[in-house]
Amino acid sequence: MAEVRLADESFLTDDFLRQLINVGEVDILVGVPTHNNAKTIGSIVEAIQAGILRFFPRERAAIINADGGSRDGTPELIVKAAIDDARGRSSKPYTLRTLHSISTQYSSSPARGTALQTILAAAELLRAKACAVISPDSTQITTDWLTTLLQPIYTEEFDLVLPTYSRHRSDGILLTNLLYPMTRALYGLKIREPYALDCAFSGRLGSQFLAQNAWHDETVRAGCETQFTLGAIAGEYRICQSFFGTKEHVPRGSADLVPAMRQTVGALFSSMEPNFSFWSTKTGSQSIPTTGAERECILEPLRVNRKRLREMFTTGIAELESVFQSILSPPTLAELQRIARPEEVRFRYSAELWVKTVYEFAAAYHKSVISRDHIIQALAPLFRGRAFTFLVENSNGSADDVEHNVEALCLEFERMKPYLLEIWNGGK
Amino acid sequence: MREMIVSELTQAMEQLTRGFAHILPRIIVLVIIAFAGWVVAYFLKVFLRSILRLIKFDKLSESAGASALLTKAALPSATELLSRLVFWVAWLGFILLGVSVLGIFGLQEQIAKFFLFLPHLFVALCIMFFGLLAASFFSRAALLAAVNANLPSPRLLSVSIRFIIIIFVLSMVFEEVGVAEQTMLVAFGIAFGALMLGLAIAFGAGGKDLAQQFLEKKFGHGKKDEGKEDELSPL
Repeated sequence: MAEVRLADESFLTDDFLRQLINVGEVDILVGVPTHNNAKTIGSIVEAIQAGILRFFPRERAAIINADGGSRDGTPELIVKAAIDDARGRSSKPYTLRTLHSISTQYSSSPARGTALQTILAAAELLRAKACAVISPDSTQITTDWLTTLLQPIYTEEFDLVLPTYSRHRSDGILLTNLLYPMTRALYGLKIREPYALDCAFSGRLGSQFLAQNAWHDETVRAGCETQFTLGAIAGEYRICQSFFGTKEHVPRGSADLVPAMRQTVGALFSSMEPNFSFWSTKTGSQSIPTTGAERECILEPLRVNRKRLREMFTTGIAELESVFQSILSPPTLAELQRIARPEEVRFRYSAELWVKTVYEFAAAYHKSVISRDHIIQALAPLFRGRAFTFLVENSNGSADDVEHNVEALCLEFERMKPYLLEIWNGGK
Repeated sequence: MREMIVSELTQAMEQLTRGFAHILPRIIVLVIIAFAGWVVAYFLKVFLRSILRLIKFDKLSESAGASALLTKAALPSATELLSRLVFWVAWLGFILLGVSVLGIFGLQEQIAKFFLFLPHLFVALCIMFFGLLAASFFSRAALLAAVNANLPSPRLLSVSIRFIIIIFVLSMVFEEVGVAEQTMLVAFGIAFGALMLGLAIAFGAGGKDLAQQFLEKKFGHGKKDEGKEDELSPL
């Protein structure tokens, strides 16, 4: 079977294919996409290894590393993790099966889409029943992650396991203010982390995504994680979510926002076209099976420069007027210009206006009124305005208050869905 | 004497009649060709207009910024303008073809020159359109990138990029149609050089602090992470 598929997997290197053929078939595959992660990868691979040995000692398993041209020896660290039971090395724990660890360099520069594509192709060639993808930045990983991720796939026949995390209230504002509520309103499922860097999936779903997806499309490659989740929802696969502890706060620069929006919002907007018949008929939303502890909001103080957020929103409104005229309806633009005025002391970007803005951007993206990438970039300054309001509204609130505000925003997205349908094919 | 005059007049009349009889069929051919040309040009116009409407050419022209220029000049939409242009070029071509049938000395050479010029005109129009499209795209890309990077004067940067591309496109267009090639080349060189010199002086004199900040941020590893914790973590 593996030989039959070789022609289709022509983007894999000959050496990597040879190693995969030597492995044969596996029950469990853990994919680790990397690029210069030598500092963190050691502990992550150890946790993966320990998790496999503890929870899946009788299963055939492999760790596949898709590397984007590391120069710090990351792939070597992963390959060292292989355990050969025939040699019986005392430094490695005992295993009933050989634990293979294979690394391949898919490119000399990192590309998340190609990394995922490589892992999916390897999973298909090895006919893995359950696969997990672990981010090299997930330093909080424990051995329990492996069972939390893979057990629902392996024994309960779920197709996709997504994570939920405890987060700081100032963290993941793009998720809480756009990606989660809009995905929920569109597809009717309460998926907290549609953009999942750590997840697990069945061989069935992996093969389907590998075969169906337009990997040459830049939008798909940039937002492959989000596309993967949305593809599973639209394909009506069985999805659940599991709690993975606290998500570490990663300090970022302002330059990180646009790439983050391409990976999430760009992927969400572009998925709306092929899935129109699916999402246009959905109303309301329902919970999905969730395992593990309840996620909670962390309230400890964290410095966020709110003044800068507001300034960048105001500058964006002033400088990008000609761009917004192509995207937004005149009343929405006028309202945004009103709240951006410097004399507006109590600045507030209301939930209703934010939802209207996002829906108009989605419709403009669908109609390609200007370059689609420019539409995503133009949303960034407006998101900063909304983030400012969200931070102000939740600065002194309890965890319940924050959750209540997020829930209210989600309901606003659901309430205004008919407006999206109205502008989707109609005028502005 | 009288007979001589009558004879000369008769001869002249005969020559005129012969000449008229000689040219009349050609004039009729000219009229027929012109009429057929009008019909063909009209159908071409209607056909092209339908195609352009089908591919939403006006939208493309709007995003290229060409529509705004046309509106300012009180001209019709890009679709209508292009359709009319094709109509007139096609009809004029037929008329000139008809005129060449008349066999007027020297005219045929001019007509041949006109037909040789048409491909250059078409290429120049294409350069103009795609040049405006590129100018609009890149100036907007620069504007968005500058706003999101919180750079000072994003609109100035965007307008400068548009200006440079338009100057470049115009010099190409004039070169293609063969109008004042040398003058345009020199003018482009002067304008481009002056702009670059101006920007260099402005950056050196006015943007001294900005350049220092940029270089420190880029190469000053010790200070690189400062202020990052003030930023938003979107995901």
